[in-house]
Amino acid sequence: MADLVLTASVLEETKTQIENTLIKAGVNTVLLIDEAGNIVVACGHKINDLDTTSIAALAAANFGVTSQIAKLIGEDDFALLFHKGKKDSIHVARISTDLILVTIFGDNVSLGLIRLRIAQLAKTIEKAFGQK
Amino acid sequence: MALINLSKREIHCKIIYYGPGRSGKTTNLLYIYNAMSNQARGKMLTIETKGERTLFFDLLPLNLGKINGFDIRIQLYTVPGQTIYEATRKLVLKGVDGLVFVADYLKIRHEKNIESLQDLHRNLLERNLTLEEIPIILQFNKCDLLPTSIPTLTKEELETDLNRELKTKIFETTATKGIGVFETLKEISKRTIHYVATKHLLTS
Repeated sequence: MADLVLTASVLEETKTQIENTLIKAGVNTVLLIDEAGNIVVACGHKINDLDTTSIAALAAANFGVTSQIAKLIGEDDFALLFHKGKKDSIHVARISTDLILVTIFGDNVSLGLIRLRIAQLAKTIEKAFGQK
Repeated sequence: MALINLSKREIHCKIIYYGPGRSGKTTNLLYIYNAMSNQARGKMLTIETKGERTLFFDLLPLNLGKINGFDIRIQLYTVPGQTIYEATRKLVLKGVDGLVFVADYLKIRHEKNIESLQDLHRNLLERNLTLEEIPIILQFNKCDLLPTSIPTLTKEELETDLNRELKTKIFETTATKGIGVFETLKEISKRTIHYVATKHLLTS
């Protein structure tokens, strides 16, 4: 697992892409994190109200745990996790070897739209980080 | 796995308190949490489980101020010490930048100390890391038991068991009273930041 060195241009591009693809679609909060639970990019109007450090650490750990469950049934890992709440839900998806995208959204946004947008976004982010 | 954000000029490092069960890893974090100001510390995250033993991990984010214009942010983690939780320890070790090995002065923990260090060695190797490469500090905890009638190990015994090959710095601590806790944190933070910064040529 290599260290991640982030330049301003990659971060800005990623942030713009997240804003255009997810935040404009009505998503509250998006955290792009690494496998160790560090926050790479945080977007959305609720990021200052949430304990994003803990969310990132737990989301990364949750991903790690479910990967172990996946291995027990012969899978490498589960590419996405979805937790449904009464008002807000959380979608956690691996978008590259090192990066995980955590999306928090209310019941006014459909899960199908989130999945579609994340699939599009994943390619853009992978490309941006691949070219850093 | 350190994260260096050149845009915000921040360095994020992960330091893990490793060691056998009940050696005082969570106690170290709790003492640091209670002693630091709100500005310097984040929220301490402990995953709720029944009983007092760590089943997954504890996390304490700290802001250590600026070095060379970079904001230094450190995340302190603990692992569950009990032998059966090896899979969890492997997960928490993901992205480690620095280690504190908390050993127990109690005589009955003699074997557990050695087993835990061997377990650390093995788990690091799985990530293609070695104890020679990653900064590590040894902490011999529960010093307050030495003058009591409770059977304890001697410093020399612990050194032979754990530091014969590592040859690293040792701190004798009483984590419950905070003795040596900040000295350990200061030393491991210094070594970890130096390790990350030199790797990325941020310092000479």
